[in-house]
Amino acid sequence: METEDVILEVQSITKVYTTGVVANRDVSFSVERGSIHAIVGENGAGKTTLMNVLFGLERAQGGRLLLNGKEMEVSTPEEAIRLGIGMVHQHFMLAPDLTVAENVVLGHEPRRGLLLDHSRAVQVTEEISAQHGLHVPANAKVKDLPVGVRQRVEILKALFRKADLLILDEPTAVLTPQETDDLFVTLRRLKTNGITIIFISHKLKEVKAIADRVTVMREGRVVVTRTAAGMSEHEMAHLMVGRDISFDRLPAGNAGDSVLSVRHLSVTSADGVPLLNDITLDVHSGEILGIAGVDGNGQSELVSVLAGLSQPSSGNVSLLGSDLTAMSIRDRHKAGLAYVPEDRLRDGVAASSSIEDNLIVDRYDTPPYSGAVLMNYPYIHDKAREYISSLSIAVQDSRASIESLSGGNIQKVVLARELSSKPKVLLVDQPSRGVDVGSMETVHGLIREQRDAGLAILLVSADLDEVLRLASRILVFYGGQITAEFQDVSNLQPSDLGPYMLGAKRQEATV
Amino acid sequence: MNAILKSILSLGFVAALLRVTTPILLAAIGGAISTMAGSKNLALEGIMLVAAFVGVIVSAFTHSVWLAVILGVAAGVAVASILAWCALKLNANIFIAAIALNMLASGVTVFLLSIIAHDKSYSSSLQSLVIPDWNIPLIRDIPIVGKILSGHNIMVYLAFAAVALYSVLIYHTPLGLRIRAVGQNPDAAASVGVSVFKTKFIAIVLSGVLASLGGLYLSMGYVSWFGRDMTSGRGFIAAAAVALGVATPLGTMGASLLFGVVMAISIYMSSLQFPAELIQVWPYVATIAALVVFSVRDERAARKKTGRDVVGSSGSRQ
Amino acid sequence: MTDRQSPVDNFVLRNFRLIRTIVVILLGWFLAALVILAISRDRGTTLRSFFLGPLSSRVLIGSLFETMTPLVFTGLALAIQFQAKQFNLGAEGCFFIGATVGTAFAISTRMPTALHIVCTIAVGAAAGAAWNWLPGYLKAKYGSSELVCSLMLNYVALYLGLYLINYHFRDTAANEMTSYRLPTTATLPRILPGTRLHIGFLIALAVAVLFWVFLYRTKWGYQIRMVGSNINFAKANGINTGRVIVLAQVIGGAVAGLGGIIQIMGIDQRFLYESLPGFGFDGIVVTRIALNNPLLVIPSALFLAYLKVGGSYMNLMGDVPAELVNVVEGVIILLISSEALLETWRYRIMMRKASER
Repeated sequence: METEDVILEVQSITKVYTTGVVANRDVSFSVERGSIHAIVGENGAGKTTLMNVLFGLERAQGGRLLLNGKEMEVSTPEEAIRLGIGMVHQHFMLAPDLTVAENVVLGHEPRRGLLLDHSRAVQVTEEISAQHGLHVPANAKVKDLPVGVRQRVEILKALFRKADLLILDEPTAVLTPQETDDLFVTLRRLKTNGITIIFISHKLKEVKAIADRVTVMREGRVVVTRTAAGMSEHEMAHLMVGRDISFDRLPAGNAGDSVLSVRHLSVTSADGVPLLNDITLDVHSGEILGIAGVDGNGQSELVSVLAGLSQPSSGNVSLLGSDLTAMSIRDRHKAGLAYVPEDRLRDGVAASSSIEDNLIVDRYDTPPYSGAVLMNYPYIHDKAREYISSLSIAVQDSRASIESLSGGNIQKVVLARELSSKPKVLLVDQPSRGVDVGSMETVHGLIREQRDAGLAILLVSADLDEVLRLASRILVFYGGQITAEFQDVSNLQPSDLGPYMLGAKRQEATV
Repeated sequence: MNAILKSILSLGFVAALLRVTTPILLAAIGGAISTMAGSKNLALEGIMLVAAFVGVIVSAFTHSVWLAVILGVAAGVAVASILAWCALKLNANIFIAAIALNMLASGVTVFLLSIIAHDKSYSSSLQSLVIPDWNIPLIRDIPIVGKILSGHNIMVYLAFAAVALYSVLIYHTPLGLRIRAVGQNPDAAASVGVSVFKTKFIAIVLSGVLASLGGLYLSMGYVSWFGRDMTSGRGFIAAAAVALGVATPLGTMGASLLFGVVMAISIYMSSLQFPAELIQVWPYVATIAALVVFSVRDERAARKKTGRDVVGSSGSRQ
Repeated sequence: MTDRQSPVDNFVLRNFRLIRTIVVILLGWFLAALVILAISRDRGTTLRSFFLGPLSSRVLIGSLFETMTPLVFTGLALAIQFQAKQFNLGAEGCFFIGATVGTAFAISTRMPTALHIVCTIAVGAAAGAAWNWLPGYLKAKYGSSELVCSLMLNYVALYLGLYLINYHFRDTAANEMTSYRLPTTATLPRILPGTRLHIGFLIALAVAVLFWVFLYRTKWGYQIRMVGSNINFAKANGINTGRVIVLAQVIGGAVAGLGGIIQIMGIDQRFLYESLPGFGFDGIVVTRIALNNPLLVIPSALFLAYLKVGGSYMNLMGDVPAELVNVVEGVIILLISSEALLETWRYRIMMRKASER
């Protein structure tokens, strides 16, 4: 590293959130000028936090950043932009009804007197566009453009502001394979023009294809920084997830018949990207089927279709023989499908309503909760009190609004409601996200109990530990497909799953 | 019937049309600017009322029309600024804050009217002035066309000039670009360093300026008095014109003229033995009809896009 | 976990909205006092009549409850709509329509007293309900703004109602523009001798209690509250959100119309409005102060009535115009809606609480 030209030096960056989570722990590495540097890690490894610190969206507690040898203090994105750092977020920041040129020059508009100089804006856009080989129709409205072109506009925005360090956050998440190839061509060309690129990803094949150097992060720390050529995908995968679990595994239960059947399910986005590709699986009674994988590989689409929040492009879902595919959410619930959503405040509860009202939302109009006209609140109140104490939810009054509870307690309420409807299959999506350790124990305990009682459970989690702790059988998702199935999980380690989660390996025959 | 047709197709009708459209058009252009920035201004009613009042009072005491206009606009801008502050900084729901300001405007103007003019209904005890007409030299001498184009109140010309100015502002200035960006995607604007708060604030203040001019015309255009609640819902009609015209310059102007036609016809009909109330009701009915047509059209387009109903969705058109 | 903190902090956090409301009300009163001090030339009399006037005689106390009656009705109308997060401000128009249609009915029919009263009231409520159906339907079916629609309908109600009365029921013998007197069989009996307080007041209280039971103890009320809390979640759980949206507005219209006809039957006993009386807009103030709770609408309406009666008395005895009350109302609403007001205080308490954990 002695003679290499270093553009960015990250020294011992530490970032701790107020909740106590250590997102970045003593992170150090250097980025060479004019290179493509990948940062890889699974969910929660700290990559996004690090980039936010770099771009001025968050502040680190410790460590420092050196840009071109000089210490860098950024507290806002504007300052980062001024220093020549540009960021392309996963969710594009574009005004849909404005043209490409207008989006590019926004904030630094070329003027002619008091007026906006449209032709100059177009000219400048086309100049940068030609300079870097990023072809965009300068006068087209952004909303009419496909995703790949929109991404180019985002990159142009950064280049217009004279960025020489470009950060791309999971850029291929929304692209078709063709658009991904185009992007790589673009990135290589940018590189020859002297632009340095930091590329965040969890897709190992791509990282191998495009990156010069790779920094592997795990649990907030840097594991290693090496040339991409010097590491195989296997090695990278192992470094990203490799650790031995020491907790107790669940004793294998007795799985029964299939309760929930998914056949050839596919979901294609409006832009033609296959988000879920021909998925076939079964959830049996008495088993917890764990879906492991990095966020964004089709798991949310799967859950959404199963819960009834969206329709698949093709394929079907059935519960004990009855076809759910066309059923409303409420009807699926009546048929025996319970759902604990990932975004519980938005999809799982009515936040400003009371705890008791939230507990009865699926049964408020049936006896004994309700009579012909009046609802039976004394009964509802008692029932609520039962649930609260059995789940040790720390609240005095069940009439308090549910949003005053902690994340963990809200989760317990959602679970209490869903489980008390005596379902036949339970969908749980990221159950311990935003939940404290104590509540997580309770939630896991509940899930285990239900499995022993014969419930069929589908568990989706980006937290490998959680999947390994609870699942009786595991499917790994990558790129919208099942890349591995593990029937016997008793001795499984994260490093066994890693390669399948990150696209490095794929089992031949997957159910 | 013939008599009606003849009077409608007369110069007098054109004059009446321009007269009733002007306040609505001015307020509507103001509303369009703030709507483009993503902050719908429903306090146009209150701003017009306040400006109308201040104009009359100031002109009565200073005998200066132009000072009255300036201070009238200042008063309207003050109201608009309160709206902007409460909605943007204090997190008030912009619609409730607007309604509150309309109530305040009504209360304050009558309160002060009663103190200053010693009358709670009209300012007739005060001698307030009138904004002059403009007889455009040369044009006024052109036969026929001259009579149509020249001789109207300055504010009438100002209203249509405002349409042109708005068009230039929104499509050909950096501020206009930022207003549109902030209205379409505030995050996008913020990510490039544009202050969402500042841009929206400016847009709301500009809407206050224009609505004030509209209000001033009401009390100083061809009458020279202030009456309690004299805006009679014109601010809301202007808001409806903005919605109908999708906040674009030509669309807003077209919608305003449409409502103006309905109002002008109702004035002409009142010369007949026809109940006044059944005529006065038409502009409001027209607004509702426009709203229905507009909503049906919008919903059909949205349904085609998502393939699903937009029934009772929480993010409705406000 | 919650025991070790300061009890004051806990109390403040739990009842923050209520405390904020009270602070705003006090600010409003304070502002009124300031204005009076500033412009009145007879401060003592004016202040006394504004703040204490309503309690100074039996007539005035009766006037307090009289004035409160229509405010309870419109407050309830808006409360139930706001509970469903429907920004329908048509209470004004529905009140007016209930008053006009009810008057027309009362004058054109002959019945024994009890029946006449019940039927007239029913007609007024039905008219109000029907009037508020359109904004609800358009919102449910097409997602269009119930705010603009209802505001426009207020004006349509005004002109159509005026037309109805002035051209078909006008009492040409009277000096002003008013309808014929209501037949005595259709007027509401007085309940407090020496005042104009009528049975409508008791009806208002009863309706408020009924509304509370409806909203918090019945299935339909539950649906309304869920739609207001999280409409997508309500829909996902099978609640027919379109129907709820229409229901909330129709019920609101009904009770506003009820308020309108009861006001005519109880107080004026003839229709004499020449413009929108403003009770519907006052209802907005009432329900916001009451945090949309039907039972709290009662004290809230009382508060507003106190302001109004104090204001008119002050207008009479002192030298400050009664419109000061409208100013205070506007300021109160503005401040109450500014959610971030006093937010720094609450934030500081929350931070204190979090650090003690």
